[in-house]
Amino acid sequence: MYLLILLLPLLGALFAGFFGRFLGHKGAGIISLLCVILSMLLSLLAFYEVGLMGLNCYLRISPWIEVGVLKISWSLLFDSLTVTMLVVITVISSLVHLYSIRYMQYDPHLPRFMAFLEIFTFFMLILVTADNLVQMFVGWEGVGLASYLLINFWFTRLAANQSAIKALVVNRIGDFGLSLGILTTFYIFQSVDYYTIFSLTPLVSDYSLNFGGYTVSGITLIGVFLFIGAIGKSAQLGLHTWLPDAMEGPTPVSALIHAATMVTAGVFLLIRFSPLLEFSSIVLNILIIFGSLTAFFAAMSGVFQNDLKRVIAYSTCSQLGYMIFSCGISCYNVSMFHLANHAFFKALLFLSAGSVIHALANEQDMRRMGSTIKFLPVTYSLMLIGSFALAGFPFLTGFYSKDFILELTQITLNNNLYNIQGSFACWLGNLSVFFTAFYSFRLIYLTFINSTNATKNIILKSHEPSLYMLLPLILLGLGSIFVGYLTKDLFIGLGTDFWNSAILILPNHSYFIEAEWLNITIKWLPFVLSSLGIVLATFTNVRQTYIYLYNKIYRFGCFLINKKWYWDILYNRFFVYPILNFGYLVSFKNLDRGFIELLGPYGLTKLIPTWAYIFSKLQSGQLSHYLFFFVLGVCLFIVIIIGNILFYNLQLIFFYFVLIFFI
Amino acid sequence: MLNLEFLNPLILTSLTPLVGLLILFVIPATKESFCRLVALNTACITFLFSLILWIQFDSHTSLFQFSATFDWFPSANLYYTLGIDGISMFFILLTTLLTIICILVSWSSVKFLIKEYLICFLLLEFFLIQVFSVLDLLWFYIFFESVLIPMFLIVGIWGSRERKIRAAYQFFLYTLVGSLLMLIALLTIYFQVGSTDLQILWHYNFTEIKQIIFWLAFFSSFAVKIPMIPFHIWLPEAHAEAPTAGSVILAGILLKMGGYGFLRFSIPLFPEACIYFTPLIFTLSIIAILYASLTTLRQVDLKKIIAYSSVSHMGFVTIGIFSLNLHGIEGSILLMLSHGLVSSALFLCIGILYDRHKTRILKYYSGLMQVMPLFGIFFLFFTFANLGFPGTSSFIGELLVLIGAFQLNRILTFFASIGMILGAAYSIWLFNRISFGTLKTQYFSFFQDISRREFWILLPLTLLILWMGIYPISFLSEMHFSVLSLIEQLF
Repeated sequence: MYLLILLLPLLGALFAGFFGRFLGHKGAGIISLLCVILSMLLSLLAFYEVGLMGLNCYLRISPWIEVGVLKISWSLLFDSLTVTMLVVITVISSLVHLYSIRYMQYDPHLPRFMAFLEIFTFFMLILVTADNLVQMFVGWEGVGLASYLLINFWFTRLAANQSAIKALVVNRIGDFGLSLGILTTFYIFQSVDYYTIFSLTPLVSDYSLNFGGYTVSGITLIGVFLFIGAIGKSAQLGLHTWLPDAMEGPTPVSALIHAATMVTAGVFLLIRFSPLLEFSSIVLNILIIFGSLTAFFAAMSGVFQNDLKRVIAYSTCSQLGYMIFSCGISCYNVSMFHLANHAFFKALLFLSAGSVIHALANEQDMRRMGSTIKFLPVTYSLMLIGSFALAGFPFLTGFYSKDFILELTQITLNNNLYNIQGSFACWLGNLSVFFTAFYSFRLIYLTFINSTNATKNIILKSHEPSLYMLLPLILLGLGSIFVGYLTKDLFIGLGTDFWNSAILILPNHSYFIEAEWLNITIKWLPFVLSSLGIVLATFTNVRQTYIYLYNKIYRFGCFLINKKWYWDILYNRFFVYPILNFGYLVSFKNLDRGFIELLGPYGLTKLIPTWAYIFSKLQSGQLSHYLFFFVLGVCLFIVIIIGNILFYNLQLIFFYFVLIFFI
Repeated sequence: MLNLEFLNPLILTSLTPLVGLLILFVIPATKESFCRLVALNTACITFLFSLILWIQFDSHTSLFQFSATFDWFPSANLYYTLGIDGISMFFILLTTLLTIICILVSWSSVKFLIKEYLICFLLLEFFLIQVFSVLDLLWFYIFFESVLIPMFLIVGIWGSRERKIRAAYQFFLYTLVGSLLMLIALLTIYFQVGSTDLQILWHYNFTEIKQIIFWLAFFSSFAVKIPMIPFHIWLPEAHAEAPTAGSVILAGILLKMGGYGFLRFSIPLFPEACIYFTPLIFTLSIIAILYASLTTLRQVDLKKIIAYSSVSHMGFVTIGIFSLNLHGIEGSILLMLSHGLVSSALFLCIGILYDRHKTRILKYYSGLMQVMPLFGIFFLFFTFANLGFPGTSSFIGELLVLIGAFQLNRILTFFASIGMILGAAYSIWLFNRISFGTLKTQYFSFFQDISRREFWILLPLTLLILWMGIYPISFLSEMHFSVLSLIEQLF
């Protein structure tokens, strides 16, 4: 059963991919949907067995690499962390499958699309079920491949090509970090199996190694490298630039890959490595700083984006920041809880956005939408639920996790556990709540409520999507309302034993009891801030206040943020172009085609004729010249003989003299 | 009484190409298809024999197996000794496999002097099998050099452009100059030890200064073959001008001769010099990885892109070999095998494009996924294999090499890993430019997906790469003992 969870998507991918021609659109769709739904049912069963009953499962399939002490096997590990991810992945994946059968209905390459989605699901499942780092790396790269192919699904478009390459290469920088993490892990632990690493971590926590002349704590080094991996995959500040661009892909892809599952792989990695990260306070602090900065910057960027999907993409980026910094304050289970909740409402937001785009003839610019509330009431209400959940409106899914994260950061601010990083996260996290609410409702207003800017043709043709597309939306909407409420006590309830050994929180890092006794006014703060954001969004949109447009500072800020803080331009100008120019001018033209070639074969071919010419000129045919050489030779001969008697080394000096003469 | 020594599968493997060669000689050149059939069958039989080598191979010993000795000049203590161990066996298998593929690939693309062409390939196969199985320094040198002759002819005669003469010349010059130094060292060794038999030399201890000098002489020969920067510039030229099959065999096997030479001769014969020169090798390898990757990013000739990426991959191989531990060396052997498959496959893909459109300039190609979907799938797979995608063979090789290097030097590994990023950048850039984007119909208007023959050439390579990536133990377990005994020589 456990193996089938993985194999079914692979089977579906092979069928839909290689036999899609014979199966046709319907056949490919049904087969792939069937596979992933079966996989979902089995995952739910696994969740019941492993998560609720606490029966961890370990499957060893076959050995993989065995060289010396390096022993890696293909094996699957199912513990409570894994099965939670399994449920999230397979549920979202099956809903997205169902949605995209109809969404991509008129695309001639539907089977290929389904195959790619299945491939993605398969690799994502490998990623979460791996029991060692290297096998996880297979899934890690595999989802990168699937992401590349899916962003590039409409591959004739230049923009899609560019974003796909960007996503892959930027992700690869993260993979570089992760692979160094694997190497360091193997160097320190002589193993890459999770359980070996985790059980040995307390013993090597003060082991340090030499890295480029600096003595670094081994655990910290591993943590930093793993975090570089997570930065790449989870689009944290610095390597986040690929995520907004990845929106060039079809919308179901954005929902599945770039919101619900793949981008959370980095967070999953950090949660998985909680037993290791707990022993390095430096890494935890780095997580806090990067996470909260990402949450804040991405939320701010989201405010001034005009592309419907990009707004949601930045929102994803910002929520990932929340997950990362809650790992940083050692609340891995809350982070995981937020990950699961986020998957539901973010998938809902993306899929509803897909419906809107579908209805408005593939228009993505929010400034050219509006009034769709009259034509798409169901989509509107679903989007509203998603936005409320995202903004953390009380008793919706987002509330339970996001509010709790913010409460936990408040503790570090208010109690005697004061530490500067925690308060950093607290401030930025709370501010981001405000921005989150603002951009969510700006999106609602611009898309649904404000008077329309679309053409009459488009508006009149717009209609609610068919039932097949609405069904996943409604299910996700229900999830966005209830999942948080239902699973709160299971995942983050005080004293829950759900996580068993999957997550380790050192007792002196745990703030859960303090969170229960937090001042009630502080507990209200996120709600107040998000309400403020909603009110401000309403105010600016309903009253049509144009006055602020003429404020210079405001406009400059707008400009800066709209251009995504110039990250792309800075990277292009200071990294990409210099590297490309170096590749052409220095390493190719100057070295390969210049220096080495001249010193090598071409130099030789030029030098030899020149020398031959010089030597041939000695044969001038004039007696006086020959006589001169004859006398010169005799003189030198005499000098050598005398010199040999007087000085022992003269022969060598003479040799050099002759050499110089000829050259 | 029948002499059963000839039933030794190693001898059978070595001699079969020669038999095929002799048959080819007597067939009139006008019967082209018959010539092809004979060559193909010879190559297939050779491959079968080499498979017998693998089946009968005993992985629990580090001794040379299937060994046979013949007298050559017993008075001068010169013999002809054959034998293989876990290191050389897979190179022989790779040679025999790629020869079949080379003959298949040029089934219709070579238009003139077909008989001579096939003779060249069978001769090349014979020489290469000898290089990998001979256990005598002098004979190794002879075959190592002889490989040049057919290869020179292949590039010079069946190359595609006028520039091929220059490329062939450059190729010849570089390899010859490199190996002349090796010849001098070889003669010196012979006069000092009195034998060129490898197993005798392994037990002889040279003084350190002599080790260093000999090592440099051998290095000049192997470094040109691998190729290491700054001796690499013949490679892109030769690749760009050679016919497809020539590129395949050049990238697939000829480059591995250098790495094999390091493993077989430099490390066991001159262990102290190896440790002495490790920093030099590491520096050159890092430069090769980074510089070649950066250069690759700006090439427009498809074959040159693959050629430069080969240089960069071979940088990983040399790092692995000279990390001088089990992981590094086994990783580099695996990486060499994997590179033999992956880069050959990429050259085949480019050959397929060249056969159809007669150009190798990247600029003319775009959006081929729409008209050549099967080709696109294969090309995608090989591109990802090239950038070290986990589950393909190159990943295992690179991982083991980096693990080996990390034990020695962290900073080295750090920079080598940057090569992974750049590798992804150029591979995916190449793939994207060829397969995705809009179709440039202003340049080409007729398209054809891969034919059945090409499909069956590419499929085995795909499966092999996957096999090596998913279950590499069947390859690794054969070499454990040989590599361990190799490392034992060092200490």
